[in-house]
Amino acid sequence: MKRIRALIVDDSAVMRKIVERSLRQAGLDLSEVREAGNGAEGLAAIGENSVDLILCDINMPVMDGIEFLRQLQSNQKARGVPVVMITTEGSESHVVQALSVGARGYIRKPFTPEQVKEHVIPLLEEKK
Amino acid sequence: MNSPHKALQHEGTPENWMPMLELACREVFEIMLGCGLELATQPGDPPKEFTAMVGLAGQLCGVITIRCSAASAALIASKMLGVDPAQAGDQMWDALGEVCNMIAGNFKNKVTGMSEGCMLSVPTVITGEDYSFHSLADGGLLELPFNFENAPLVVALEVHS
Repeated sequence: MKRIRALIVDDSAVMRKIVERSLRQAGLDLSEVREAGNGAEGLAAIGENSVDLILCDINMPVMDGIEFLRQLQSNQKARGVPVVMITTEGSESHVVQALSVGARGYIRKPFTPEQVKEHVIPLLEEKK
Repeated sequence: MNSPHKALQHEGTPENWMPMLELACREVFEIMLGCGLELATQPGDPPKEFTAMVGLAGQLCGVITIRCSAASAALIASKMLGVDPAQAGDQMWDALGEVCNMIAGNFKNKVTGMSEGCMLSVPTVITGEDYSFHSLADGGLLELPFNFENAPLVVALEVHS
């Protein structure tokens, strides 16, 4: 598998580190990890050089994960980039809402590295 | 068809929620920290050096709190991050707030109907022992005294009627 550039969007720095560790434990060769504390920072972090994978929380200040997904849809640089939500919000309506605005996967906290692997690897294989 | 509200009425007493709250706590510690929690047989009040809280609003109103010592908060951060407790100092607030957030989310996802009908606040963490905690919750208190790595740690759910 090629080297992966990942963007992790979560208002908790601890959680961003745990997600990064889970990606490495899943066997991903991360060439770059960008971090953002909310959706607005996440959009800015994509910048001119896009990423290969985005993992995003839902409940965040300034811009939540759902609005981030909405704005991502009109971002040419993020076209085709798979987004997996990692969140404490486990309701069916949140899952449906996230999937309807472009999320490709949904992981509920607390989560294991195996769950991250199960959701992320097929998306990256599909993108190859 | 049962509405979520009716389902809540069936399960909707704090006594029925105790096992679900305990399971929610155990799962978060086992999955995210890699260690178990034991219910304290001789509950001791932990130093209120760190108190994390997450508010609940909607079909269930109230607050979930975790109280523990600074040493326990550092240990929680170190286990989450896989670093030495001495290196986890700056991450204690964030780690304890996230643990409280995950317990609240995990708990509400276990109670039928509450997942859809209850929202969580962002976590708040208070440090220092010289304070009084006044919640407007008046519908009951569930308190789970745990032993976390041989130190007392209390998780509480205060419910607004």
